[in-house]
Amino acid sequence: MQKVVNGPECPECAAEVTIDGDARVSEIVECVDCRSELEIASVQPPTLTLAPDVEEDWGE
Amino acid sequence: MNSVAPHLAVLASRVRFEEKSIMGALERRGARFEHLDPRSLFVADGSAWTGPTLVLNREVGHFRALYAASALESAGVTVLNSAAATHLSGDKWHTSAALLNRGLPTPRTALAMTTEAALEALDDIGYPAVIKPLVGSWGRLVTRVTDRAVATAVLEHVAALPSPQSHVIYLQEQVPKADRDLRVLVVGGEALGATYRKGEEWRTNVARGAVSEYCPLGPVHAKLAVAAAEAVGTDIAGVDLIEDMDGHLTVLEVNDRVEFRGFQEAHGSRVDVADAIAAHLIARGET
Repeated sequence: MQKVVNGPECPECAAEVTIDGDARVSEIVECVDCRSELEIASVQPPTLTLAPDVEEDWGE
Repeated sequence: MNSVAPHLAVLASRVRFEEKSIMGALERRGARFEHLDPRSLFVADGSAWTGPTLVLNREVGHFRALYAASALESAGVTVLNSAAATHLSGDKWHTSAALLNRGLPTPRTALAMTTEAALEALDDIGYPAVIKPLVGSWGRLVTRVTDRAVATAVLEHVAALPSPQSHVIYLQEQVPKADRDLRVLVVGGEALGATYRKGEEWRTNVARGAVSEYCPLGPVHAKLAVAAAEAVGTDIAGVDLIEDMDGHLTVLEVNDRVEFRGFQEAHGSRVDVADAIAAHLIARGET
């Protein structure tokens, strides 16, 4: 799978985060340094925000 | 058939394996669609809606999914699953009532309005029993009570919860079963396949570490799952069945925004769930 070489920074710890080339907006990725759950806010350019916390009514 | 191509959308605030797979399948089928994020959605009463005409509801939050579906439908949008189906399948009592109305097998269930009434209902149902939140998933806060003392303590905690809805108590017999249940995936009135879900604890939710394994789908399981999906009005559903020690099947729940990663991994190339959902969505747009 194609990788982004210069990935965006983790908003929590500033580590570089690698995201897949086929990533989509609102997809969740994990920072391998601090393990924060991150949401892809945009793909071009790739930007990340902290993912929302799980809420009580989440599920299937 | 409509002369104007439907404007498709996938409604989701969180794009997980399932949503990404469905979007990929829609693209492979050449369908044009947009990703609609409910966090930026509003539907204004009386204004002309210019957005999608057919929406696949994949929102992870039940209440946001329910009200978004209802609001979109009020604007003339077709939503899969419908708001009515999400209303029924997202609430355990409404699901039980819908299954019972269709005469489908489901565990003995009671709904109690107070702690005292719940204890009486439990005396009637017998122990062990299970107390479940009306709304919720992934086995969260589902509690097995083994006797009256345990039930009293659990119900004291339930009474201390802040939401008034939490004080309406859903109780169910715990059906003696093997260490597994069955998940049947239904799309457009057809059962795609089944998995066993096996876990080390009594709650066999994949979110709690249970593992999905391929299960050959028999006609009895398929027929019951399709009937259960139909009972709550879902086009797309994950129907959970349990088999008691005598082999009798009963419907535990119907999930309207079904997660299928474990199911897909267990099935490999036997079935493509995302593609089946995409095909169904496209077909619905053509009717």
